[in-house]
Amino acid sequence: MTLPDIEQTCTELTQQLIELIEREGLENPLLVGIRTGGVWVAERLNAALPGNDDVATLDISFYRDDFTRHGLHPKVQGSELPDSIEDRPVILIDDVIMSGRTIRAAMNELFDYGRPASIHLVCLLDIGRRELPIQPDLCGAKLTLNDGQLVKLTGPTPLELTLA
Amino acid sequence: MTTLHIQRARVIDPSQSLDTVTDVWVRDGRLQAFSAPPADVTADTVIDADEQWLLPALVDLGGHLPEPGYSQKGSIDSETRAAALGGFSHLCSLPDTKPVADTSAVIKLIQEKALRAGHARVLPLGAMTQGLEGEQLASMVTLQEAGAVAMSNARQPIRDSYVLRRLMEYAATYDIALFLNANDLSLAQGGCMHEGPVATRMGLSGIPETAETIALAQLLLLIEQTGVRAHISQISCRRSLSMLAQAREGGLRVTADTPLANLLYTDAAVTGYNSLYNVQPPLRSEQDRDALRAAVGEGLLAISSNHRPHEIAAKKAPFADADAGMSQYDGFLPMVMSLLEQSDLTASQLIQATSVLPARLVGLPGGLRPGEAFHATLFNPQATTELSSARMASRGHNHPFLNQSLAGAVTATFADGLAIA
Amino acid sequence: MTYDPAKVQLTDDGRLKHFLTTEGLSRELLTEILDTADSFISTQERAVKTVPLLRGKTVVNLFFENSTRTRSTFELAAKRLSADILNLDIARSATSKGETLMDTLWNLEAMYSDMFVVRHADSGAAHFIAEHVTPNVAIINAGDGRHAHPTQAMLDMLTIRRHKGSIEGKIVAIVGDILHSRVARSQIHALRTLGAAEVRVIGPGTLLPRDIESMGAVPHYDMKQGLADCDVVIMLRLQKERMQNALLPSEGEFFKLYGLTEEKLAYAKPDAIVMHPGPINRGVEIESAVADGPHSVILNQVSYGIAVRMAVMAMAMSGQQTPTEEPA
Repeated sequence: MTLPDIEQTCTELTQQLIELIEREGLENPLLVGIRTGGVWVAERLNAALPGNDDVATLDISFYRDDFTRHGLHPKVQGSELPDSIEDRPVILIDDVIMSGRTIRAAMNELFDYGRPASIHLVCLLDIGRRELPIQPDLCGAKLTLNDGQLVKLTGPTPLELTLA
Repeated sequence: MTTLHIQRARVIDPSQSLDTVTDVWVRDGRLQAFSAPPADVTADTVIDADEQWLLPALVDLGGHLPEPGYSQKGSIDSETRAAALGGFSHLCSLPDTKPVADTSAVIKLIQEKALRAGHARVLPLGAMTQGLEGEQLASMVTLQEAGAVAMSNARQPIRDSYVLRRLMEYAATYDIALFLNANDLSLAQGGCMHEGPVATRMGLSGIPETAETIALAQLLLLIEQTGVRAHISQISCRRSLSMLAQAREGGLRVTADTPLANLLYTDAAVTGYNSLYNVQPPLRSEQDRDALRAAVGEGLLAISSNHRPHEIAAKKAPFADADAGMSQYDGFLPMVMSLLEQSDLTASQLIQATSVLPARLVGLPGGLRPGEAFHATLFNPQATTELSSARMASRGHNHPFLNQSLAGAVTATFADGLAIA
Repeated sequence: MTYDPAKVQLTDDGRLKHFLTTEGLSRELLTEILDTADSFISTQERAVKTVPLLRGKTVVNLFFENSTRTRSTFELAAKRLSADILNLDIARSATSKGETLMDTLWNLEAMYSDMFVVRHADSGAAHFIAEHVTPNVAIINAGDGRHAHPTQAMLDMLTIRRHKGSIEGKIVAIVGDILHSRVARSQIHALRTLGAAEVRVIGPGTLLPRDIESMGAVPHYDMKQGLADCDVVIMLRLQKERMQNALLPSEGEFFKLYGLTEEKLAYAKPDAIVMHPGPINRGVEIESAVADGPHSVILNQVSYGIAVRMAVMAMAMSGQQTPTEEPA
């Protein structure tokens, strides 16, 4: 299986995002990246967008659903969001979507910060195996992995995809 | 007329500077000779003691028998049996029972129960003051006539120097020996372990060494003034030893003992809040322990058990809340002999401290001599002693070697020629 | 016989499963506690201060010694982790009727508690409970006798880190009744592990333990010498009982010699910070001008207290839930 060219995928995704923002009329959208890979992707996208808002970061360690099974992640870094996300359109960005649980946790956390006007989901890679009814609005590339295969994004520069 | 023949034992008796492999025969409870019995005598019991040591039996200068009054901690039967298994032929029972041993009735009760149990012989210590309250003199003469071998204050405070002086004068009048603890309550108050770096780190209240040395100074001066026959029980400090040495140099006749635990452990044992090591007197520093060992080596210090059995609940509490005391009778002689590995002490010196010296203090001959009552312990240094909770004799499982094994084992203990273990 | 005071607190792979004392914990672990606490500080600054991390878990506050402040912060910390919390005022219940500590706890465990926060007058009580009574319930030590108050020490470390950048290389002075202070002992261990250049303890001879040097703290009897070049000054609370037990003549004399005034503070570095575990006795340990002045970070300490307690509760619960697995 050939892995997609990440740089190429990012460029295409950026273009799709600009079109989405215009099509939906999103005013002053907040880009929120999920740690850690999602933040890198968000920063890449943000660089190409007009306006100069910083990317917000979300650490979902406190919102995961597997505490009883796996405990607390040792490298909690915390989330950094602007003072208010009330009525702001949010672009939620992650590098890889699989079961959908990470996105569920991220949305729960976002709502503890405030009430966004809307949330659009952007993922660099969709590797299927969904366990929840959550789908990205924009997706860079789809990938089907064999049993036991995992994919890993390294970064921030250069962004590279590896199979594990 | 029962005859006992012990073959090829290594007989170690420091009172005669004896250390030799020989046969021993005993008849009617008395040692007859260091040889096989004569040809016309058939021994009723023959013991092959090859590779084993035969020593004069251990004598304990202070152990707590929880009867009468503390049945949840044990009985005279269980504890004297543990003592016999530990190598003792005789033990002095402390008077802090319930009721206190300040009446002839209690003294007689203890003796009767011990006799019926048939294990280690008990030499009761009577109370020095009524109820051990430290205020009024107890009827010491009556207690002595009932069988008390000496009077003790069982580590309970005496009200003040005045009472202490009168106590001593009274005892001196009738040649009654006093077993005295050196403990100044005002300095020791609230403390549960030795005052030092370990106590500081653990936030536990410490008992400074001055709690012992100041009280000892008081005792020594009053002993000198009154001329009473005195023995200092359970000392723990290096400084106390030099004070005793100085007093002796000045001509004072005074003896002392230290608990075995103070020779084996230091305050470091308390790290981790193990309430097993909550004992009185407290376990002190390494220097104190080394000095106590040296004094034993010089023949100046006896070793006592300070045996104090407790039920589980009494020890299952945060350190300062737990009752003080360690169970020591089971495996006592093997624990003593562990000092051969851990220190420079010799078997002779240890036997002197645990048998000969204490025996003489309580009117026993001390040693193994033809013609004398045969109180002896047979010890196999090659065997092991398993101290499992199921098989321990003492009901106090607050023992540092619980469910562990010790090198060496008592194979028999004899009192008056009879096997009591 | 070597005993490792930290070992009983850790899982086989070195994660926290009880938090009993700062003694013996590695620099990495203490730093992880501070980092995790930092993340919780940010959650405390937003509108919804709760995270769902400990939802479904039961935390029991077992305070055998009275303390409204500390108990309230633990209660708040548990609630902000979405745990269910039960407050037991033991001073007035079972144990005063003679039930042993052991039995009280076994009865509680039977109610399916996941965590006990324990404050007790006996040094070693938290260890006793963790080792002998309920090893599968996470125990957080909220203060045991004179031995340890690790969460207070960690919030003090967090305060120093947030206001001074790091603890590494700093000169820290702790002033007051060290002898009776569990806070001071926990602070000394943490400061040394986290690389403080020097830890000093200042007070009269009656209130400094003779062997305090064995813990790595340098004793001083004089404020001028003791505070020279200090980066951090921590004042401890003086309790009234000390006057009754022949330890001090009067509050007045103590304040004269050791009370932190602007004049004495001038001996420390110009940017030194002043801390106090609270509650403060104005005019005894510290004068109002200093307590309310620009060097004081006392109020911040209080707010960090919730975040630190959330961090250790989350970490200890994590270690109990997953004693052998690597975390996600």
